[in-house]
Formats: sequence, C-alpha cells, structure tokens
Amino acid sequence: MEQKIAIKVDDLTVAYNYKPVLWDIDLMVPEGVLMAIVGPNGAGKSTLIKAILGIIKPIAGSVTIYDKPYNKQRKLVAYVPQKGSVDWDFPTTAVDVVMMGTYGKLGWIKRPGQKEKKAALEALEKVGMLAFKNRQISQLSGGQQQRVFLARALVQNAAIYFMDEPFQGVDATTEIAIINILKELRKAGKTVVVVHHDLQTVPEYFDWVTFLNVKKIATGPVKEIFNDDNLTKTYGINYKVAVNK
Amino acid sequence: MNITEYFELLFTDYTLRTITLGTAVLGAICGMLGSFAVLRKQSLLGDAISHAALPGIAIAFLITGTKDSNILLLGALISGLVGTFWIRGMITKTHLKSDTALGLVLSLFFGFGMLLLTFIQKQPNANQAGLDKYLFGQAATLVESDVRLMVIVTGIALFIMLLFWKEFKLLLFDADYTKTLGFNTKLIDVLITFFIVLAIVLGLQTVGVVLMSAMLLAPAAAARQWTNNLGTMVFLAAIFGAFSGVVGTAVSASQNNLSTGPVIVLIAAVFVLFSFIFSPGRGLLFREIRFRQNRRDLHLKKTLQFMYGIAKTHENSSHPHAIRILNNFHGFTKGTLRKLEEKEWIEISGQQWSLTSEGFTEARDLYNQQKKDE
Ligand SMILES: Nc1ncnc2c1ncn2[C@@H]1O[C@H](COP(=O)(O)OP(=O)(O)OP(=O)(O)O)[C@@H](O)[C@H]1O
Ligand SMILES: [Mg+2]
Repeated sequence: MEQKIAIKVDDLTVAYNYKPVLWDIDLMVPEGVLMAIVGPNGAGKSTLIKAILGIIKPIAGSVTIYDKPYNKQRKLVAYVPQKGSVDWDFPTTAVDVVMMGTYGKLGWIKRPGQKEKKAALEALEKVGMLAFKNRQISQLSGGQQQRVFLARALVQNAAIYFMDEPFQGVDATTEIAIINILKELRKAGKTVVVVHHDLQTVPEYFDWVTFLNVKKIATGPVKEIFNDDNLTKTYGINYKVAVNK
Repeated sequence: MNITEYFELLFTDYTLRTITLGTAVLGAICGMLGSFAVLRKQSLLGDAISHAALPGIAIAFLITGTKDSNILLLGALISGLVGTFWIRGMITKTHLKSDTALGLVLSLFFGFGMLLLTFIQKQPNANQAGLDKYLFGQAATLVESDVRLMVIVTGIALFIMLLFWKEFKLLLFDADYTKTLGFNTKLIDVLITFFIVLAIVLGLQTVGVVLMSAMLLAPAAAARQWTNNLGTMVFLAAIFGAFSGVVGTAVSASQNNLSTGPVIVLIAAVFVLFSFIFSPGRGLLFREIRFRQNRRDLHLKKTLQFMYGIAKTHENSSHPHAIRILNNFHGFTKGTLRKLEEKEWIEISGQQWSLTSEGFTEARDLYNQQKKDE
C-alpha cells in the first residue's frame, strides 16, 4: 500500500545569532506513524519542531504538510510545547487552558461557547483530569500540567501532532496514560511526532524514529534503524541499548 | 482644607470634580492595561516608555510654542512609540538582552528630554514655565478637555480589550502556541503595546514621567494577589487604580503642598503592600498561618503514629502506657499531648496515656496511607 507523506521537510537550516543549530535537514514522515525525535541536549529537537510550525523562521528550506505549504494547513496541526515554556502562575484554570485549543478554529474575535467548553471537558476526561477542571494551573503538579497541555492539543482535533517532551517529569502512571493516548491517535490514522529522551522505551512506544544532532543522522522505521551505529553517531559515545530485534 | 471639606467640595466645586474624575479614569485605564504588562513580565517596559515620552513633550513645545496639553501629549505619544519600537528593534536585531535595551532607551531618551527641558527654561519666553509638571505630575492642571480625552481613550481601550479578549489572553499565556494556531501575534502584540503607551502618555500630566510606571504596575500587582481569574484581575486592577487616583487627589488637594503624582502612587503602593500581606491564598500572612497549621497537624499525626506503634504491640489497643516512653520521641511536648486529648484520640489518666478507639482508627488510616504513598 502506498503511504501518504504527512510531513515533508526540505533543506531546512536554522540559526540563532548566525550559529547554525539545524543544518540542511531533509525529512519525510509518512502518515499514521508514531515518530520519536531523539538526540542529545541542544541537538536542535525543539528547534526543528518550532521551525516546522513556523514559530522560528528558518534561514533556508521549506516545509509542506500533505503537499501544501504549512501556513495553508495550520488547522491540520496541533502542538504540545515543552512544559517549561510558559508561566504556570498565569491566572487561569485547567479547562480554560484546554479551551485555548479551540481558538484556532474559532478565528479572530469569535468567543468560545458551549460547544467549545464541551470539547474541552471531553479532552480533560480523556487525559484523566476532569476532576481538576477548575483548578488554578499553578496548583497542578508537573505531570498534571503536562496532561493539560496534551488535552489542549487533543481538542484541536488535528491530523498531525507535534509534542515536545510530553514525558518530561511525569510518573510511570502518567507516562503509560499518555502513551496510550498517543497510540490511540495513531490508530485513528493520525501522525504523531514526539521529542523523546528515554532511549530504552523508543522501540516499545514508537514505530518510526529520527536521529538528530544539528544534522539529520537517520530517519526511518524503528525496527530497521534503531541500532548502536546510529545511536553512536548521534550521541558521540558508544551507546548500548537493548533493542527488541 | 481637610479631607471632609474636600469631599463636601467635591459635590459643589466644578474644578475639583474634574480633577477627581480625571485621576479616577486614569487609575482605571492604568490598572487595566497594567495587568497585561505585569503578566507579560514587561514591568520595565512601562518605565522605559514613560521616560522615552519626555523629549516628545519638549520637542512639541519647541515646534509649536503652545502649552496646550493635547499637543504636548501628542508629542509624548510619538516619542514614546519611537522609543518602544527602538527597544523592540534592538532586541530582535542585536544580541542585546531586553533589560539592556530597555535601560539604554530609557536613559538615552530621558537624558535628551532633560537636556531639552533645561534649554527651554533658559529661553527668554514667558510661556515656558510649567513643562516640568510632566516630571512629577500636577493633577491640579487637568481641565475638562483633558479628562474628556482620558474618558474617550479609556472607552476605546476597553472596547478593544473586550473585542480581542480571547487573543490577548492567548498571547499573554503562550505566545508560541498562539502563532501555531494561525494568529498574527505581531498584530496582537502591537495592539497591546500601543494601548500601554497610550495609557502612559495620558498619565504624564497627572502622575509624571518618573512615577508613571508605578501607576501602571502597582494596581495590577495588587489585584493579582486576590484572584486566579484574568478577567477579575483586570477588573480589580482598574478599581484599585481608580481608587488610588481618587484618594490620592483628595489627600494632595487637602494638604496644599503635596504634589498629586507621588501621593497617588503611594496610595497604590499601600494597596500592593496590603495585598501582599493580607490576601487569602497568596498573601504572606495566610501562607504563614497555613504553614504553621500544617506543621502542627503533622506533629500531632507523627506523635499519634508513634503511639500507634506502641499500642499495636498490645492485644488491647487501649491499654495504658507511661507518658515517660514518649520522652524519647523527637519533638514531643506536653502541648501535643493536650491537643491529642482535645481531639479525643487519647485519654490521659495520671502519668499514663491510652489510645481511644477513634485515635486507633485514625492512626491506622494514617499508617496505611503512608504505606500506600511509599
Ligand atoms: N532562543 C535561542 N537563542 C539562541 N540560541 C538558542 C535559542 N534556543 C535554543 N538555542 C540553541 O540552539 C540549540 C538547539 O536548541 P534546542 O532547544 O532546539 O535543543 P533541544 O534538542 O530541544 O535540547 P533539549 O534536549 O535540551 O530540549 C542549542 O545549542 C541552544 O543553545
Ligand atoms: Mg528541547
């Protein structure tokens, strides 16, 4: 069966202050995969996602989503930023944050109504946070905040999900809950791209992987390319990980 | 004139009413827009903008020769905006940190403005005096047309704020995410910043360049303490601001020699101080009380658990034991024993204590709870 290409990145180069942090990245992500982006700290994983999403302007290269330029396809894409990127002391509640996921489809000026509220509550329920819906967000634990961010992306009802370290600082229960949601998304035919740090769990959680360290080292099915060779190329040291062959 | 006379006059004296209305409206708009500045962590921006407005006033005077406040404030608006865009430009185009850029623009514009003011004061022109009121503010010089302008601008700001409430909130909380949803974040940002500049410029005549940023930040900082809802925070900040304006004007008008700006800012500062100490939830006082309560509770529970450990070894859990045994237990006091007895978790007779059945259940639940947490 011919697989559709969900995300296509061509010759992407990004620099902060003239120092290139991503160099000439080419990437093709087929529809319906659950893909991990792995690489050491500062490898440019977050930057890659931000550049794909147009948050950072690249100095060269292009991104297409289902064969059209990204800015024509925004409504197909949802984003879970790294948790530390916002101020959690902001005066708002969990359900309010989740509701923000509906703002894109609403567009300018139009206010969220009952329909949006209902969607937000459903998303909160999916991530097991319904009981916390009216909780001020600073009074949530790190893992709960992460779930709220996930719910906000779920409510966008997108075709492609980008998540920057959704497992950062969450306990085992939350990790399993999140991965189950991601697998459900894949089952529904969605494409999910996740920045992931725990190499041990890559073969168990993901079916596709991209190795990144400023340059793209390799990309493809986990079964074929998740090996010592690529790990060593990416992390610079001889990395021994048990790979489910 | 004392305060009561002032409030009597307020209903009869036209000038006083104008001034009071002016400071109230000013306080309200500052509180409203200041909330945005506070939540964006752009506290220093207000300071930079207000100082950047000074040369505009001087230049407007040099060009037109009038002291018409509307024209001078137009000059202030223009140079305030120029300063703001310089700051933004510096941050995006160079490696400078934002506080460096803010500091640079602030001192550069303020220095230039002071230079121009001194120059103007040396001119043999009878019309020159009075520009220095923009340094520390003089509410007494407010006239009806000034206040009308304030009301109109506040009305427009309120309208825009309600119209773009959703977009403002989104940008304030998570700017990157706002971009991915397809909103033009630059436009929202410019809109917010423009209205902050407007509010600052409006306040220059009343509060002055030097203290204007306090007027912007204080009501918002105070309001944040009382609520976890953005709408309520903006509303409260407007109320606090308006109240500071009115009371500040009253105090300074009834004590002839006090200039209005500093008094208004001081009143606003009292709000901040009060809020930081007494607000429930975030206030220092309540936090301290809660902290002590928690510590005391924890203490009691630990003692109870220790007792449970001893009582458990007996078949009859309410078998009495000597108080002396507890002396080995770290942190045990007579007070704890009394508290436990008050709660009817233990009974004391002579030098002996015994667990009641409630005490036993309570302790067992605690014990199980702890096991589960581990
Ligand atoms: N705003 C910025 N300005 C300048 N340099 C930046 C900025 N953000 C990131 N960098 C640099 O770009 C490089 C890549 O950063 P990025 O955040 O993409 O790494 P990452 O792979 O996500 O790392 P981590 O695993 O720590 O999250 C790093 O060297 C970092 O120092
Ligand atoms: Mg990162």
